[in-house]
Amino acid sequence: MLYEITFILNGEERRLGVQPNETLLDVLRRKLGITSPKVGCERGDCGACTVKLNGLLVKSCLILAVEVNGREVTTIEGLMAKGLTPLQEMFMAKNSFQCGYCAPGMILAADDLLLRNPDPSDHQIKEALAGNLCRCTGYEPIIEAIKAVAANTKASAGQTRGGNNE
Amino acid sequence: MSKQEYKYIGQSTPRIDGKEKITGATCFVDDIQFGPNLLYAAIVESPHAHALIEKIDTGRAAKAPGVVKVVTGKEFPFRFGLYMHDRYVFAQDRVRFVGEQVAAVIARDPFTAKKAAALVEVQYKELVPLLNVFDAIGERPKSIIHPELKNYAHVPWFFPEADSNIAHFRKVRRGDIEKGFAEADLVYEDQYVVPRYAHCAIEVHAAVGLLDNSGRLTLWTASQSPHTQRHLFTQALAPLGFTHQDVRVISPAVGGGFGGKAGVSMEILAAALATVVKGSPVKILWSREQEFYNTYQRQGVHARLKVGVKHDGAITALEQTLYWDAGAYVEYGANVVNAAGLSATGPYRIPNIKMDSICVYTNLPPGGPYRGFGYSEFIFGLESHFNEIAKKLNMDAVAFRRKNAIREGDALAYGGKMNPNGLLEAIDKVAQAIEWDKEFPSADPNIAVGKGFSLFWKAPAMPPNASSSAFLKFNEDAGLNILVSAQEIGQGFLTAMAQVAAEVLGVPPDRIRVESPDTDRTPYEWQTVASHITWGCGNAVKRAAEDAREQIFDLVEKTLGKKRAALYLEDSAVKYLEEPGFNLPLKSFVIDGIMMADGTWRGGPVTGRGMFMPEFSSAVSDPETGQGGKPMVHYTVGASAIRIEIDKETGKIRIPKVVLAVDAGKAINPGLIRGQIVGGLLQGLATVLYEDMRFNDKGKLLNPNFTDYKIPTALDIPAEIVPIIIEVPQPDGPFGARGIGEHTMIPAAPIVANAVEDALGIRIKSMPITAEKIAMAIKKMEENKR
Repeated sequence: MLYEITFILNGEERRLGVQPNETLLDVLRRKLGITSPKVGCERGDCGACTVKLNGLLVKSCLILAVEVNGREVTTIEGLMAKGLTPLQEMFMAKNSFQCGYCAPGMILAADDLLLRNPDPSDHQIKEALAGNLCRCTGYEPIIEAIKAVAANTKASAGQTRGGNNE
Repeated sequence: MSKQEYKYIGQSTPRIDGKEKITGATCFVDDIQFGPNLLYAAIVESPHAHALIEKIDTGRAAKAPGVVKVVTGKEFPFRFGLYMHDRYVFAQDRVRFVGEQVAAVIARDPFTAKKAAALVEVQYKELVPLLNVFDAIGERPKSIIHPELKNYAHVPWFFPEADSNIAHFRKVRRGDIEKGFAEADLVYEDQYVVPRYAHCAIEVHAAVGLLDNSGRLTLWTASQSPHTQRHLFTQALAPLGFTHQDVRVISPAVGGGFGGKAGVSMEILAAALATVVKGSPVKILWSREQEFYNTYQRQGVHARLKVGVKHDGAITALEQTLYWDAGAYVEYGANVVNAAGLSATGPYRIPNIKMDSICVYTNLPPGGPYRGFGYSEFIFGLESHFNEIAKKLNMDAVAFRRKNAIREGDALAYGGKMNPNGLLEAIDKVAQAIEWDKEFPSADPNIAVGKGFSLFWKAPAMPPNASSSAFLKFNEDAGLNILVSAQEIGQGFLTAMAQVAAEVLGVPPDRIRVESPDTDRTPYEWQTVASHITWGCGNAVKRAAEDAREQIFDLVEKTLGKKRAALYLEDSAVKYLEEPGFNLPLKSFVIDGIMMADGTWRGGPVTGRGMFMPEFSSAVSDPETGQGGKPMVHYTVGASAIRIEIDKETGKIRIPKVVLAVDAGKAINPGLIRGQIVGGLLQGLATVLYEDMRFNDKGKLLNPNFTDYKIPTALDIPAEIVPIIIEVPQPDGPFGARGIGEHTMIPAAPIVANAVEDALGIRIKSMPITAEKIAMAIKKMEENKR
């Protein structure tokens, strides 16, 4: 039996029928053709399928599609709706990916961290990434990219404040 | 030697695949949309490690709504394999490991396929499973896993023993081993054990097969080896009438390989199943569980070592036996055994050698290639053992290694000569970076500190005629496409190839695309394995670029009357030493040609072609001694060291610093090499600190998931990693380069084992060295003291 759901995907309202046992990951990939969330473990261990649900980071393999009815889903496509984000630019500059399979989920996790905590410590960064597995990079270049974006944000905020004071 | 200046080689050029990867645009196999006609297959798997199949009843499954077809081994009684033909598409009369494919259900959707697979009824007669090497060898093994072994086709450098479980026995004999031990002042023996490991690429294996109504069989696979796959698919399915011309393999991208996506594993199922549902694509997507138990696993090894040394530290003799738990099928894994068997001296000059490397069938999942290809496995025992010997001689562990380190021109175990290398430089730079001579005392009595050191080496393990080829074509704007069939598995080879062509053609790397493999459209590449791509494919790309460059010079000489020797390429233009103002943009002629005074044109689209095969390599040698031949094209060497802090109560290790130096010959892209060192070291450290494959007494894998098989998270990384690049050129490498990708993982286990010994005085001789194992060892030591 199909359940009809309506939700916002990257700013656009989508309506479709889903099976009760279909996950959000299944529906995004197989029914909507959005393949940036990846299949890695289907049990919430690897984070390759990370998306945002009403602004909160979730693993889309652990969310049933029926649960997103009336809610808002953001994938990496939604994050960069206005062009590449500073995190994406920095991931390129620091070689913070190799095979690229974990990258969309990793960038969403990093984005979520910096929204909650614009000036994270090393440990806070590692803690925030601990649900996203990467087998290639050794994580160090990912952590470096996040630190660099945080530092740039801080510097430009400082400049802005400085400007106001003059 | 004069230092040549390069414009693009040696630069940390940004990756040319960066934007597609960080935007999620990269299209992996499971991302390709095949439309509503796509079918899905689910696999019926053996619950037994060793059993005879008595009966398969597919009736109930076939009748389930939504099921299109049910297939068993009967339809595909074909044996095949990479180096030895010991595998079947589906199990025939016998299953040999838990999880082996017995039948498949093809359905309209994956849920239906999975549910119907559970309805296939298989009757088995259980046999004695052989779950470790010592049950499988000896006078009377409890069962024979491959009774037909003597009839299996295999490469000429394998030596299987009929009516046994020994699939390959590699012997190396050099010098006089008895004399070597007689000359020694100290002879020391011990044993070391390395378990199995999983690659754990985050992308699971995926394959889609389509036999279209014209009879064309196309496979989309996540593969390091598209051409080898095409060859093996064609070989396996030849009885159905397929030829190479009928089979096409497209590999768009790979989400992590590490050897796990080399050769053919589950992809054969997609090829076979496509033939029974003509006209419809059929997809197989492995679950994470299947990824663990039905692809390749890194083989376990039990090493017996006996080493003789003089008082001054000189090694006089090495006797080593490596018993490899190679699993149910060894079509790829037997070559791991072979490569390691020829090289298990490590990078040391040892005059008297006796080594046996024995490939043993067991009823565990098939072993195969994993980053390091046998070298990660034997180096744990060898470098642990050498450390113990240095200690017994009261010799510094680095001094011992430096004294025995192999030099250029030294004899290798199989009789060849060692290539130019920077091993001594690596040793010295690593010792300096880790501050080997400095004490780092612990302020906390509960924290024990230690340092560990190891050398490493590895040669590409490949058939002597493994080759690479490249096409290169210019576009109207003088950007270009390079067509090769090596695979981007994360290492960054696309960027390295762009840099190689850029250097020859004077076109910036960001104007160069390197295309992913499609066996119809990109030229032959053996496989993206063995860390040979930078070297082999790099040579092919360099030659293709030189071919194009010579055509350009031909044309300019012929049409404009310039002296060929004074022409050169720079900034996407032809320039002329004799005329500084001369600047002929490539885009003005690489497609359209050059117009002559009479209005006619010369030239036309410039395309380049290049090929590389190591014509000096040979696998022919004496089976009794391993002497003769040149099975290894060259070795890449290096050194590594670590500082650790052990919490004596919990056994948990913290890593303040780890250093690794590798001799890249010439670093084409230093940033990418640093990425390999940082990533590879963590993957290696994980095998010694965290990961542990556990099987029960029936041969069933107990931890086939990331909850129970712990790969490192961002919280588990060393505090500081120092990557060091050494550059002693490889004479036959492109710009002097040789591969480094696998090597970065190899020394991780022994540096930790040696540091643990340094910190606690406890030699742990089996991997992994988990916190639990350390804590138990400390407890035992303290009980013994009492």
